[in-house]
Amino acid sequence: MESHAPWQVGSKAILSVTGLGDLLGRLWAGGRQVVGPVVRDGAICLGPVRTIADLPKGLTDEHGPGTYRLKPRGDEALFGFTVGQHAFKRSILLPEVALVQLRRKGRDVEVEPATPKTQPLALLGVRACDAAALGIQDKVLCGGPYADSDYEARRADVLVIAVQCTNAASTCFCASMGTGPHLSNGFDLALTELLSPTHRFLVEVGSPAGATLANQLELTPVSEGDLSDAKTAEQAALTQMGRHLETAGLREKLQQNPDDSHWENVANRCLSCANCTMVCPTCFCTTMEDRTDLTGDIATRIRRYDSCFSEAFAYVHGGSVRPTVRARYRQWLTHKLSTWVDQFGSLGCVGCGRCITFCPVGIDITAEAKAVGAPARTG
Amino acid sequence: MVELWTPPPGERAHTMVPRMLRVDRVIRELPDIVTLVLDSAPMGGFRFGPGQFNMLYLFGTGEVPISISGNPVEPGDLVHTIRAVGQVTRPMCQVKRGDMLGVRGPFGTEWPMDDARGKDLLIVAGGLGLAPLRPAIYHALHHRSAYGRVIVLYGTRAPDSILFEDELHTWRGRFDCEVDITVDRAPTDFRGHVGVVPALLDRFSFDPDRTVAMVCGPEIMMRFTARALTKKGLPREAIWLSVERSMKCGMGVCGHCQFGPTFACKDGPVMRYDHIFRLLDIREI
Repeated sequence: MESHAPWQVGSKAILSVTGLGDLLGRLWAGGRQVVGPVVRDGAICLGPVRTIADLPKGLTDEHGPGTYRLKPRGDEALFGFTVGQHAFKRSILLPEVALVQLRRKGRDVEVEPATPKTQPLALLGVRACDAAALGIQDKVLCGGPYADSDYEARRADVLVIAVQCTNAASTCFCASMGTGPHLSNGFDLALTELLSPTHRFLVEVGSPAGATLANQLELTPVSEGDLSDAKTAEQAALTQMGRHLETAGLREKLQQNPDDSHWENVANRCLSCANCTMVCPTCFCTTMEDRTDLTGDIATRIRRYDSCFSEAFAYVHGGSVRPTVRARYRQWLTHKLSTWVDQFGSLGCVGCGRCITFCPVGIDITAEAKAVGAPARTG
Repeated sequence: MVELWTPPPGERAHTMVPRMLRVDRVIRELPDIVTLVLDSAPMGGFRFGPGQFNMLYLFGTGEVPISISGNPVEPGDLVHTIRAVGQVTRPMCQVKRGDMLGVRGPFGTEWPMDDARGKDLLIVAGGLGLAPLRPAIYHALHHRSAYGRVIVLYGTRAPDSILFEDELHTWRGRFDCEVDITVDRAPTDFRGHVGVVPALLDRFSFDPDRTVAMVCGPEIMMRFTARALTKKGLPREAIWLSVERSMKCGMGVCGHCQFGPTFACKDGPVMRYDHIFRLLDIREI
């Protein structure tokens, strides 16, 4: 067989299913932790993927407002679903992390910065929406005058092994947000899963690191048929996409309508449970907590996820700035779809639809954003 | 499509790690307000601009944003004035000389001392709002010839809750500084002004074309003061306010201090009125 290596940035080739297993093995052997989709408690979560047996074989996910179910697909697909409740942010912006430890010695206090115990990561199965979300969080946490040093340390060595979406959920609207479904940059390797006539992956090399990896794998040249199969598969995601969000004029509309009656309408349904902010791949809010040991002489400063849906979030002396659910929902939606542009130059929503699926009462961000500031409604 | 992260050039501050400094003096200003003077000599002095704040940390308890209330031209002492109102500030107000507090900062924007050069300064404070303005007053009086009139107007709850009362008397005693105060309510034997701060403005005349106003106090006080100033002809661009919001990091990454499209910690706390007057009218923003 003729040799096609070295593969370069932009190269496309075919990887077999066993070749994917080989890729996983090489990543782990190289000291990388591979985080990707695994089935846990009836849901597709993110966790360590050691072999292809860990992947959600033959499963798909059914999404709706407040609804999520796994279903058999009747085939051998390893990536035949969309997104679960976990976003990849949880591997970099950790849900909870110690940032500093302090020891009291008499009247003195000694400070020990916690050094992040980072392991090089490979994120497997990153969809276009999630890749865009990583880029947004990079900008938020590392793009300003100050950087979140813990995030920066964990982000420094992360390989992104993306998967092109070949199906979409009823809650997906990445096409509206301009983030997907096709991912054209921001990855090291991108896989398109092809199921017939044989189960294989079209691999696209997106970075020098990806090329190095590709050159260690047994890849075969790509054929016209492979390319056309991939195109057909990706087209399915676009046609299945269940939701749309009109973004033209959205930023202005939301900032100009803080007193719209629809905010009250949402507040009457919203439980203020914070699920949407926990599943959102761009939500970055954190709080700091002090934990002391039993002696009271060692205090650890912990950073953990926080949510603008909690009353305590905007607490200043005397009370919360946003005591009502109406104001908190307005803050979240307006931030995500409007003021984010002022702050970071892009919208803060990537259209993954997680907040719709995992809202216990099925509040739909696309419907609410549309309703706010809409011309006079009746009833 | 959002660009992926690349390490930005140059050196940036990035730390959530406090520096521990020793409390050198505790000044009990009022029953619920203390001034803590920290010795910053171990870190070679602490430089800051008037209006900036620090995240102050009390061991095992937590961290709060507190404006620096000391003199920017004397960087040896790091001074904060704190009211005991919350879970962190109550025990923080109980610290003793020799205890240690953690400091991160300075953070945030400054009062526009440079832009205001050559202009009249109108400094309007309500309650504890005098503390973040005190560095601006020190700065103005230290560089007295750089400014025109220096007017300090102060409003507080009652005659027995006047912050920095001795200094207000000292400033009022200078021939180059105008000072007046008003209280919300007072016993019948009080001979000073009783009423809200905006009413005090009527007792002074300003040249709207050459006055820069710096206002700090409860949000409602700032809103009414700023409105009263614009009615007197001051352009919104000449009015500056210091915004208060919940803060956990001080450096724009925790999300807590959002005030409309701004972050109070890095776009503020000192903000220009023309940028935020619409936000101030939105309830629960």
